[in-house]
Amino acid sequence: MNACLECGGALELPADPMVGEILACPACGTEMEIGGLAPVELRLAPEIEEDWGE
Amino acid sequence: MSPRIGLAMTRVRVEEKLIAQELDRRGLAWERIDDATHWSLDPDRADRRYDVVLDRTIGFGRSLATLRMLEARGERCINPAACVATCGDKLVTHLALVAAGIPCPETRVAFDPGSALVAAEELGYPVVLKPTVGSWGRLVARLNDRDAAEAVLEDRQVLGDWTQHTYYLQRLVRKPGRDIRLFVVGGEAICAIYRMSAHWITNTARGATTAVCPVDDELAALGRTCARAVGGEIVAVDVVEDEEGRRLVLEVNHGMEFRNSIAPTGVDIPARIVDHVLARAEEGVPC
Repeated sequence: MNACLECGGALELPADPMVGEILACPACGTEMEIGGLAPVELRLAPEIEEDWGE
Repeated sequence: MSPRIGLAMTRVRVEEKLIAQELDRRGLAWERIDDATHWSLDPDRADRRYDVVLDRTIGFGRSLATLRMLEARGERCINPAACVATCGDKLVTHLALVAAGIPCPETRVAFDPGSALVAAEELGYPVVLKPTVGSWGRLVARLNDRDAAEAVLEDRQVLGDWTQHTYYLQRLVRKPGRDIRLFVVGGEAICAIYRMSAHWITNTARGATTAVCPVDDELAALGRTCARAVGGEIVAVDVVEDEEGRRLVLEVNHGMEFRNSIAPTGVDIPARIVDHVLARAEEGVPC
């Protein structure tokens, strides 16, 4: 089980994780990004930039 | 032989994951084009590598630059860079839509607060001030009266960067608590949702709820015309209904988000996207 980088809560990975995939901690809402798969590496997701989104 | 598919991405959101899963489900090989890297513009590195590239880059600036570099080496891109350049700027989008005869809300553009105030008075309050480049409804402001207009315009002039000094103002459309998000893929309006909110901004990124919207002939034609007007292959068109029931187009989105639209419409949007990607890959000649 992986832990949230912010609150330490349990974080469940998807069955088929992808590098760059965004995960939100169910406890605190912090967004994390999968940085690597072997082994799984989590990092805080980058801040949303001004021109991101639709 | 499996086509060579490139998938340009910044982050893997739900939408990108669904598309990747659909490609995998069909046994299609695809390669990620990650924008967290650097590009060589040297001519000896400029060979075409893919039959088609699907752009799911999240930011307007990155998307446009990435697509221009890809197209420069001959890649066929969905959407094309020209479409992104048009859709990423509300003013440019508006000009393209009007040129195609598509009804849009009454709009004024000014470049200084004084002229913008005159434009707002001419439109009649409430007016809506929108940044020409922006997303998820950010910095969209409803100006109910002259006092609000003066305050917000001064704020934008003093605190905003130069992009906010193009004042794009629209008469507020008194919509019936909802707007329509219409999805167009490969020239076909595949489905639509109502986005409903008690707030005047009916954006799912701002908490609006969704329900299926039947795609009638008028809506389907509107979607086709809008997609053609902006040169888009996979786009989402935002439509509002005014008090007389006329449908007006607010904008066309080149990097559409669809996670909240699959369940209410029952349409497998990522599958339709992949269908179109494959159809374009099989054409064999870059755009």
